[in-house]
Amino acid sequence: MLDVLTHNEWEAVALTLEVATRAVLFGLPLAVLTALVLARGRFFGRAGLDALVHLPMVLPPVVVGWLLLLVFGVRGPVGALLRDWFGVRLVFTSTGAALACAVMAFPLMVRAVRLSLEGVDRGLEQAARSLGAGPLDRFFSITLPLAAPGVVVGAIVGFAACLGEFGAVITFAANIPGQTQTLPLAIYAALQTPGGEAVAARLSLVSILLALAGLLAADWLGRRLRARVGQ
Amino acid sequence: MIAVDLRHDFGGFMLDVRFDAPAGVTALFGPSGAGKSSVVAALAGLLRPDAGRLVVDGVVLSDSATGADVPVERRRLGLVFQDARLFPHMTVAGNLRYGLRRAPAGPIGWDVVVDLLGLAGLLARRPHSLSGGERQRVAIGRALLSQPRLLLLDEPLASLDAARKAEILPYLLRLKTALALPMVYVTHALEEVFFLADTLVLLEAGRVLACGGVAALSSRGDLPLAARDDAAAVLDAEIAEHHPARRLSLLRAGGMVLWVPLLGGALGSKVRVRIPAREIILATEAPSAISLHNVVPGTVRAIHADAARHAALVEIDAGQATLLARVTPDAVARLALTVGGPVLALIKSMAVDVRPAG
Repeated sequence: MLDVLTHNEWEAVALTLEVATRAVLFGLPLAVLTALVLARGRFFGRAGLDALVHLPMVLPPVVVGWLLLLVFGVRGPVGALLRDWFGVRLVFTSTGAALACAVMAFPLMVRAVRLSLEGVDRGLEQAARSLGAGPLDRFFSITLPLAAPGVVVGAIVGFAACLGEFGAVITFAANIPGQTQTLPLAIYAALQTPGGEAVAARLSLVSILLALAGLLAADWLGRRLRARVGQ
Repeated sequence: MIAVDLRHDFGGFMLDVRFDAPAGVTALFGPSGAGKSSVVAALAGLLRPDAGRLVVDGVVLSDSATGADVPVERRRLGLVFQDARLFPHMTVAGNLRYGLRRAPAGPIGWDVVVDLLGLAGLLARRPHSLSGGERQRVAIGRALLSQPRLLLLDEPLASLDAARKAEILPYLLRLKTALALPMVYVTHALEEVFFLADTLVLLEAGRVLACGGVAALSSRGDLPLAARDDAAAVLDAEIAEHHPARRLSLLRAGGMVLWVPLLGGALGSKVRVRIPAREIILATEAPSAISLHNVVPGTVRAIHADAARHAALVEIDAGQATLLARVTPDAVARLALTVGGPVLALIKSMAVDVRPAG
């Protein structure tokens, strides 16, 4: 089983899963918060925030990668702070790859969560409120559980998007085997190498299997959660 | 107990409501759009009125003069909506615990509520598997367990069919007698007012037409209640005698006695009596050789014209009780009835509607 792929190829698969997991763990809570603000907030600049969140979806990924370099690069405003205060470097690291993936997957996660938040019956929140539940209490006991199907779908769609992210990762984190070379980057590298088609084919097959597993899991979990909240 | 004073501009519709109500069940009654639900929303804190002051049980919930406004979650008013609004991701027990866990310790116990509302068999079930009547019972139980100062019920039976309504009303009556919890009950069904309410607040087009005891308001010929086909005087009475051999019971209501078909209740128990206005015959001399049991002497208090029906509404003082009779203007003329003059109200025993009361 293990010798279906070479050591380097397994490394790329493991790295891809690790980067995608970190991207979702970091991005999803922020996506839920952003979705909540966009779905419920009434404030000046909401349309602007909405557009900003969706920007990675419509920009070329290379541009996003380059913008990340400008901000989080060693000489960038945030990158310099991270280096001086915490000794953290994002560029050319797997953390950087996760950041690039999270930014690219962010709009997808926000959209999924927002859709299900908008479907939550505000009357139930009013009922919870009349029963003595404060804002945070209401959010965690009523709103979030009822929006759970959307949060799970957002997580899985985001995860799948991270598995396939190419342009932003290669621009911001570069293509370093074992550090930032995720599956798509490894496939690209294989195709650039004479006689690398077999490697590319094997890695592509892994990509397809991962994507299929993700879609099936999303469907199964979504159905279970919807049944739980009585929809 | 409850002091409501609120004004709110809904843009075209002005709500201007002022009333005081004692403890017990206060019914807000009126046609759709009268502003009943808005009053409840303001009490609950879901609607912030432009101006006014709301006091429940000595606690100022909001006061536009001082800017006081207790947030909904700290008002401790149990709220029951027309749609039960049960949390779909929790079991019935989970729903009931939701309010209980967030409330300070109070007098209303889990077992009492489960027993009063017949919830024991439902605890493990999910809201979507319950019937409409069961859902509403759970919603009432959930509100009760949050240990409210006051229970607000906003047309809790409006979305149920007649059979389900009949199933829930006795539960509400049991709550009223067993827990002595004050309630504000919004409805546009007179039947529910008759069954439950002590105090009646009549609303129309955002204003209070009248506020008072159910018995006092139901016998007034100048209110919209009297213009209804089912206009009826409501009396609070108690069972004075049972005569099983004659298949009759005797009721006493504020000095007036009424014979009615044999009742099941114990002697001395309180009942509520409804006598439809169109079922009362007026006379100035007692008839003889008649099947009638009830010949009630009284004094004409007022006579109102009911032009739409070519009828007259006669208010009759009988002891401390007041009756309402709908007769033809011709009958008023033939009997020469005048305000302050004597009259006899003839009431068929079978026409008297008797219900248990708190």
